[in-house]
Amino acid sequence: MEGSSVFEDLKVADFSTSVVGPSAARLLGDYGATVVKIESQTHTDALRVTAPYMGRKAGINRSGYFNNFNAGKYSLSLNMRVPKALEIAKKLVQWADVVVETFRPGVMRGWGLHYEELLKIKPDVIMISSSMSGQSGPYRDYRGFGQHGAALAGWGTTVAYPDDDAVVPFAAYTDYIGTRYVAIAIIAALEYRRRTGKGQYIDNSQVECSIDFLATGVLDYQANGRLPERLGNRDPSSAPHGAYRCQGEDRWCVIAVSTHEEWQKFCTVIGRPPWTKDPRFNTLSDRKKNEDDLDRLVERWTANHAPEEVVERMQKEGIAAAVVANSKDLAEDPQLLHRRHYDLLTHSEIGPHHYENFAFRLSKTSGSPRTAAPCLGEHNASVCTEILGVSDEEFIQLLAEGVFE
Amino acid sequence: MDTDESFLSPYRVLDLTDEKGYLCGKILGGLGAEVIKIEPPGGDKGRTIGPFIDDKPGPNRSLFWTAFNVGKKSVTLNLMTEEGKKIFRKLVVSADFVVESFNPGFLNERGLGYEDLSKINPGVVMTSITPYGQTGPYRDFHAADIVCWASSGYMWLCGITGRAPLRISIPQAYLHGGAEAAMGSMVAFWYRQKRGEGQHVDVSIAESAMWECLGAYASWDMNQEIFQRLGSFRAYGAYKIRFMYPCKDGYVIFLLLGGHIGARGQKALAEWMDKEGMSNEFLRNFDWETFDAATYNDEMARKLEPFFERFFMTKTKDELFQGALKMQYLLAPVNTIQDLLKNPHLAARDFWVNIDHPELNVHLTYPGAPFKSNRVSWRMNRRAPRVGEHNEEIYGKDLGFSDREIEALGRAGEI
Repeated sequence: MEGSSVFEDLKVADFSTSVVGPSAARLLGDYGATVVKIESQTHTDALRVTAPYMGRKAGINRSGYFNNFNAGKYSLSLNMRVPKALEIAKKLVQWADVVVETFRPGVMRGWGLHYEELLKIKPDVIMISSSMSGQSGPYRDYRGFGQHGAALAGWGTTVAYPDDDAVVPFAAYTDYIGTRYVAIAIIAALEYRRRTGKGQYIDNSQVECSIDFLATGVLDYQANGRLPERLGNRDPSSAPHGAYRCQGEDRWCVIAVSTHEEWQKFCTVIGRPPWTKDPRFNTLSDRKKNEDDLDRLVERWTANHAPEEVVERMQKEGIAAAVVANSKDLAEDPQLLHRRHYDLLTHSEIGPHHYENFAFRLSKTSGSPRTAAPCLGEHNASVCTEILGVSDEEFIQLLAEGVFE
Repeated sequence: MDTDESFLSPYRVLDLTDEKGYLCGKILGGLGAEVIKIEPPGGDKGRTIGPFIDDKPGPNRSLFWTAFNVGKKSVTLNLMTEEGKKIFRKLVVSADFVVESFNPGFLNERGLGYEDLSKINPGVVMTSITPYGQTGPYRDFHAADIVCWASSGYMWLCGITGRAPLRISIPQAYLHGGAEAAMGSMVAFWYRQKRGEGQHVDVSIAESAMWECLGAYASWDMNQEIFQRLGSFRAYGAYKIRFMYPCKDGYVIFLLLGGHIGARGQKALAEWMDKEGMSNEFLRNFDWETFDAATYNDEMARKLEPFFERFFMTKTKDELFQGALKMQYLLAPVNTIQDLLKNPHLAARDFWVNIDHPELNVHLTYPGAPFKSNRVSWRMNRRAPRVGEHNEEIYGKDLGFSDREIEALGRAGEI
């Protein structure tokens, strides 16, 4: 293992907030890049003021949500209303290989930090703008949160009980889809620059990039005029297929049975009660026809067992099953622990807490955040004097002029 | 636009995946790499996954298969025989990426694991996509979309407390795995470009989808609190604010929010409602500047929400959305797929890509580029391949087999 050497000489100026930009920039940092996050106190990153907070006590340096996406970065807090702050921002661009931003379209332009200007400072800069709807088009200035984005992108009706209105997916579903495409775009642009010497500008719409995850539905509508139905947890090619209540408070397992062989094994696992011989459950199409009854009978069995026990018995016989994991289950999950999903890092204000790792492991170059997330403006001095070459006297002068906030 | 040169145009991907991994190769292909889908003789099993074009099954009619193999080439190859393995090793010599989603150990047992392939081509990046990863106590678990989804923790968060957790009805988990795999492959690829050395990328699908839980894990880690399933509500401190409302032709997502983020938009919306005679003294005098979602309570909900409920029912999704664009209140239409396909913004950005399926006499519109570059176009210009469509091109021109040899390999069931 050589540590985080993949991007060891890469420099990233991260002007982004919320999930998509910050997590993509964190990936580069995990694998060795130097990432400076440029933020401000008046327009603070929305996640800095979003729960959960350490000890339930709110504070701009206390959000676990924010910290997870910003581990390993340096924080520089600039008051962009002060002209010299803009000069510092421009120095950072000159230093950086990659500039990431997620403001509403036009904000960077307002500061003179749009791509055409950056080119004058750094001719081969790679700049990526990620926003909900992209940099052009009639809805480019639309403003909304994660749930709004997911609804715009077509997710609002895809999570639903068969007998109830749509419930929408949890939180900002399209955001973490955006993360991957932004990270991929940056690395792809680095490769392009390596071969051609040219930088580039990339425009990512979080709505657009997530629509590919609905591609089957998009094609099904065109080919067959069909819109997604409220299927609950059912699946056209499996039965039983769903989440079943287990022993304990709000404990659930999922089970998925498709083939005849799996059905036979399933019946064995649950001890072949008489109903399993009922001809109404003989074939997959029988079971699909009588699925309400089937699900009730399956649940009658699962309700008497802990979900872990159900899963162990099913998996042993080759039936696909899992505990519906809540956050506590995730924290204790032996597979995630085996894969070192969590790193304990010490934050300078709130002390040690866990950070999550990305979901791939490289055999030769491991990647994890080097440090906990920064406090707002924690690295003002070191970024200016060590990275940008500002003298100590100049830095004190900038401080006095209110460049940092 | 430098149209001749793409991000990954000089590179080749061998895509051995089943439904768990198609998206990875699709993304690398979009970046310009040549992606060769390697299917067993007779075709990939994923071709039998519904729905189908005109609801008729057939190897080229699976919409799932076609959606995520668009732009790829196809060769057939039997990896179960010595001859087939020999041909695969020849292909690996000139490959830059190999992507696979077999059960952990399957390729190792056949002498085709990363260690074996790296001896043939030290620069190759090999990416393995499985439900739980290559090692660890769950590595051999049997899985399905809903199983990975349950293990990710995301399913727990969807639905309503007291009722069963819900999955997303268009299967998602494998797409998270595929996109995460493309990201991991690119990290490994960059290292290889600098050092000349490939490596093995081990992706867990359940762990990939886990990132969708956003702040939920931190809530447990910091405060031993478990997020509840809130359906169409959003938690603010102790209270939940409803954010899904029906309107004239569907649903909208609407967030009541005051203060510096919300006040201006809320005020404008309330004025619009007033103009249409759907307000009263209470709403007219409501102070949105000091309204704080964190102090919201049942009484306020009972007073406020009915105004919006009634007003939204008199308007379409689009009317309400156009208002949000102008007045900046926090509302979005719950778009259906039908809405997306006729969305003027996506059309103005040239998002959709039309692809011909000439053999079926079908044109389909596909979701297009996930990002736009001022230099490089996203590559997606060919329908998903037919079984073994590129056998002659790859085996003949590339590996130098004669027509007779290719025919013989076909007869022997090798390709």
